[in-house]
Amino acid sequence: MTTTSTADAKLNSYRSGPDERGHFGLFGGRFVAETLMPLILDLEQAYKDAKADPAFHAELEYLNTFYAGRPSPLYFAERLTEHFRAESKTGGGAKVYFKRDELNHTGSHKINNCLGQILLARRMGKTRIIAETGAGQHGVAVATVCARFGLPCEIYMGATDVKRQSPNVARMYMLGAKVNPVTSGAGTLKDAMNEALRDWVTNVENTYYIIGTAAGPHPYPELVRDFQSIIGKEVREQMMAAEGRLPDTLVACIGGGSNAIGLFHPFLDDEKVKIFGVEAGGHGLEVPNGHAASMNGGSPGVLHGNRTYLLQDDDGQILEGHSISAGLDYPGVGPEHSWLKDTGRVKYVSVTDKEALEAFQLCARQEGIIPALEPAHALAHVMKLAPTLPQNDILVMNMCGRGDKDVFAVAGYLGIAI
Amino acid sequence: MTETRIDRRFAKLKAEDRAGLVTFVSAGDPDPETSKRILAGLPAAGADIIELGMPFSDPMADGPAIQASSLRALKAGQRMTKTLGMVAEFRKSDNETPIVLMGYYNPIYVYGNERFLADAVKAGVDGLIVVDVPPEADEELCLPALAVGLNFIRLATPTTDAKRLPKVLANTSGFVYYVSITGITGAAAPDVAKVHGEVKRIKAATTLPVAVGFGVKTGEQAQSIAKGADAVVVGSALVSAIEKSLGENGAATGETVPAVLDLVKGLAAALRSR
Ligand SMILES: Cc1ncc(COP(=O)(O)O)c(C=O)c1O
Repeated sequence: MTTTSTADAKLNSYRSGPDERGHFGLFGGRFVAETLMPLILDLEQAYKDAKADPAFHAELEYLNTFYAGRPSPLYFAERLTEHFRAESKTGGGAKVYFKRDELNHTGSHKINNCLGQILLARRMGKTRIIAETGAGQHGVAVATVCARFGLPCEIYMGATDVKRQSPNVARMYMLGAKVNPVTSGAGTLKDAMNEALRDWVTNVENTYYIIGTAAGPHPYPELVRDFQSIIGKEVREQMMAAEGRLPDTLVACIGGGSNAIGLFHPFLDDEKVKIFGVEAGGHGLEVPNGHAASMNGGSPGVLHGNRTYLLQDDDGQILEGHSISAGLDYPGVGPEHSWLKDTGRVKYVSVTDKEALEAFQLCARQEGIIPALEPAHALAHVMKLAPTLPQNDILVMNMCGRGDKDVFAVAGYLGIAI
Repeated sequence: MTETRIDRRFAKLKAEDRAGLVTFVSAGDPDPETSKRILAGLPAAGADIIELGMPFSDPMADGPAIQASSLRALKAGQRMTKTLGMVAEFRKSDNETPIVLMGYYNPIYVYGNERFLADAVKAGVDGLIVVDVPPEADEELCLPALAVGLNFIRLATPTTDAKRLPKVLANTSGFVYYVSITGITGAAAPDVAKVHGEVKRIKAATTLPVAVGFGVKTGEQAQSIAKGADAVVVGSALVSAIEKSLGENGAATGETVPAVLDLVKGLAAALRSR
């Protein structure tokens, strides 16, 4: 086993990974079948070339600005801040900002990554796009960029998720995508990813696989992170403009970890910035197979092309896990987070389904923002954390998606008849 | 590296001037007892080399037949210790037929690489095929496996081009497994003419025997694919035969063991009659 850099090694920078073979310490790598290996090496080269090409950056910036609507606002959540201050037993209550990536075209941060990757696919001459999706936000973003660039696409989505995120299934159809429900396993994100990988192995010559999170074989974790890092870069600038300094605390939810690494990465070397990733605690970490908190309730293993923390049994069989949020209902996590956990740079916590539902409602009523269930997890942790922080602590939470897709499911959980 | 059962078996096939039959079944499918009986019956039915699948919950490179087979085994309580136990038991009565364990990396990694290799050698395993550990990660498992005397068999595929082939062959031993299609196991039948050309290409680059697999279902196909190759691998067809033989409750029936072994007999006969 290789441990190129270990958790206790003294690091000059938290931002230099991965190494040339795609490792973040113990984690990451390229664990794929031989059929795919030449292709991911091609992708690595294509990404290197693109990074060095000003035309690539110019086109991406143009699309981000005029198509996706970036930069997204950094918004001071004034009423929630007041609420937390009223709740605080210590006279504290951090000043809470939302990074409003839910206002992007298609309603989440997923478009940031899809715009980058569709440009890569075009550079590589690929003529067909596939993707997996959990909440359907990534599927919608993929279908969107495929429509925009006139490429056919097929989206793999677990059958369970097709039901609980039906508004997004309808959107994908309208955008011209073919949606393939996946019935194997629990019919959630892991199973969709297996099926997408099977499609890719079969159609490797003409097909580009747009992975939706900062996971999978190298170079995906790196390139998805880079495309999502626009979130954190904007926050740095916007916070300097708003407060004249960097934030003290960052909070984001963790599915595969793309919105989180996008916010965190530009701040990793600012040691004073406290960083929290929030995993899906489902029914509670103490409930066997009842949560999707791979770092807080899992162990290292190899799945979907990378070594990372996984929910698994002692025989190395992957567990299905559970979360109310389809976008967080995944038994793994991007390898860079596994490394950031082991180095201690980022603190990973979890909140339950119930706590996320409470945060969902609080946000809707206090701020007039209906969050997706995924960032509702981040907010549930902010609800615990913000009242314990001093009033001069500036906290930024990534509001990475809007809740339109969740309103029917949440109404069901709350027993509201529509 | 010392000579292994696999080396000896290919030498024997060469002496007999015929292509070998490599059979794949998942360990523990459809239940531990039936699976043991299938394994024990394979050599007499005509299997020259046995690939024994280590079941995994997420077999990403496999089609529906082997996915289902893997899940049946897990549902019936298969675990890595039991798979190794099956090999050890098989070895009590057969010290000639090579056994190659095939599967995905995670169950090995979680078992512990060193412990796994030691226990595999002790059980009488001859080689490993681990689908998702490419040559780029040779120091993880391939080199340690070679060091304890196990063959590490790599897959070469239609996408393994001339530039990459040497890398794939570098630490391969025992034989090279040529994957006849870009796709998952059990998919459409390969184009025989194309496969012949590809096998030639691989053989020009290595002295190792070449086995061809993926998509081979019938004796006829096996026979035509075998031309120019050293062995033919059949898997999905065998586990599909298991599936079809099961009762309504999904349990093995009196048909299960003969269904697999009869199919193997037919394939073996086809390969011997060219
Ligand atoms: C709005 C939203 N947030 C978060 C996620 C989780 O993904 P990630 O952790 O990669 O940001 C999803 C995934 O579907 C999502 O739709």
